[in-house]
Amino acid sequence: MDWLNLIVFPILRTVVLFLVLLTGFAYLTWFERKLLARFHVRYGPNRAGKFGLLQPVADAVKAMFKEEIVPSHVDKPIYLVAPALALIPALIIWAVIPVAKDTPAIADVGIGFLWILAVAGLESYGLILAGWSSNNNYSLLGALRSSAQMISYELPLGLFLVSILILAGSFSLVELVDNPRAWWEWLWLWVAFPFFFICILAETNRSPFDLPETENELVAGYQTEYGGIKFSLFYMAEYINMITTSAIMATLFFGGWRGPFAEEIVWLGPVYLFIKVVVLLFLFVWVRASISRPRYDQLMRFGWKFLLPVGIVYMAITAVLAVLLK
Amino acid sequence: MPIEIPIPTVTQVIFLVMALFTAACGLMVVISRNLFHSALFLVGALFGVAAIFVLLEAEFLAVGQVLVYIGAIATLIVFAIMLTRGMMRGRTSPMNHVSGRGALGALVFFVALLAFLKKVPWPEQAQAIPVDESLIAGLGDKFVTTYVVAFEAVGLLLMVALIGAVMLARDR
Amino acid sequence: MVPLSWYLILAAFLFTCGLFGALARRNAIAVLMGIELMLNAANINLVAFWRYSGAVTDLAGQVFALFIIAVAAAEAAVGLALIIAVYRKRKTVNVEELDLLAG
Repeated sequence: MDWLNLIVFPILRTVVLFLVLLTGFAYLTWFERKLLARFHVRYGPNRAGKFGLLQPVADAVKAMFKEEIVPSHVDKPIYLVAPALALIPALIIWAVIPVAKDTPAIADVGIGFLWILAVAGLESYGLILAGWSSNNNYSLLGALRSSAQMISYELPLGLFLVSILILAGSFSLVELVDNPRAWWEWLWLWVAFPFFFICILAETNRSPFDLPETENELVAGYQTEYGGIKFSLFYMAEYINMITTSAIMATLFFGGWRGPFAEEIVWLGPVYLFIKVVVLLFLFVWVRASISRPRYDQLMRFGWKFLLPVGIVYMAITAVLAVLLK
Repeated sequence: MPIEIPIPTVTQVIFLVMALFTAACGLMVVISRNLFHSALFLVGALFGVAAIFVLLEAEFLAVGQVLVYIGAIATLIVFAIMLTRGMMRGRTSPMNHVSGRGALGALVFFVALLAFLKKVPWPEQAQAIPVDESLIAGLGDKFVTTYVVAFEAVGLLLMVALIGAVMLARDR
Repeated sequence: MVPLSWYLILAAFLFTCGLFGALARRNAIAVLMGIELMLNAANINLVAFWRYSGAVTDLAGQVFALFIIAVAAAEAAVGLALIIAVYRKRKTVNVEELDLLAG
């Protein structure tokens, strides 16, 4: 049936994907708290359930039953829409990420790379709108900071993405993973990984680049006026962004669903992808536990005066390599 | 005598919905009293135009539209509004003193365009796009062959705009 | 299939909105937004003409639309830089008050 393929299956896939991502978010918070505790030589959550495994459930219930407070001085429609706008890009990027052989999460659009770039460009809107509609100086400053940071780091991110695109020779992420790569391509890709990861840290507003939320300067940045479930949505956006960007990095740099026997046994693909994502998430937490936060001007200078030139040079060399060696 | 109402196809319904959304957003951009809301309606209109591009089977342009217009230009506009927000206080009307004449001129222009549109027999059907041909690759090809001079000129223009914008906005 | 004239009517309407915004708004940023609307209307026309023309593989309409997007980006960058520079000097972005040359 045509409409079955057109409407029902994509919707089913979307629902499954969202369920997986939301569960992933819940357990990522647990994972992070446990790990951070280990880095600090503490126990971390261990009261709710075995190893504190029920802690996310308890947190969710708490957030949901909090009173809905809308401050009187906010721009109400924008104030209410902003948390959702922050969350949506993190979810819809997943549409083009391949999870098993020849199977993207939702659809193999021919322009997967551009899709990632375009949706990443939308991520700053949720924060800007939140900061503006809160009608509060701390919120506005936090929003200005975070969106300026995101825009600045999007440029090197885009340059590295374009370089990978030049190597792959195709806009589709499914084809990127399917096509075999030469050994020098892998090596050259991994040279870019540290830089790419730094850009991702800044894009997702993660520590050490979590300046928009520096408590001692800006209260809670753009989140200051938010509470209850609306605050949780921002929290969710940040963590799902971590998962999404980890999946993108796994796909671009580490072969996505690939692994031993993944071509023959289809269900192994998602498993390998999951393992790679967890390792990358561990990297996020590790960085958070060990590196201290730079000043805002240092952050901007690093982005514009170091990462951007590196990105341009990397792209130029990649283009030459692709022409000479392919 | 009963009037025959043509039954729209699915594509037509989608077009009508997107066109109405785009037109409504476009109208709100120019009549909204709050400048920030204007900018958000502009984002909505740009999204609508991207959707129209998808309907026209120009996906690359649609994503480019989202990337450049919504991701960059509209963000810049929002930033400019935030930086000049001292302007928002104590304003009564968003319109200037020639707004009446402006509205009249725009209306006349619209009617003239419509009258002109009616004169020409426009095609009803578009040809199917050949499946085996990669339009994106073709687009890239065009940029470095037929339109290479214009392409280089745009590169130069962007460079000049970049430097010019930095010089203009620099705090001396 | 959607007739070509529908796209053209939509583009005409958007262009008119943009024209009105550029003529009638008081805030320079709003004027700029009107100009962006007009450019978008032109883009809709270009892409629609490309799609309904005989030569789909010729791609001229899409190429022109991409050029317009690039030029619009340059225009927005310089225009907004100008507006911010003016705001620093005069503390206003009201186009009615920027009349030093009017004598």
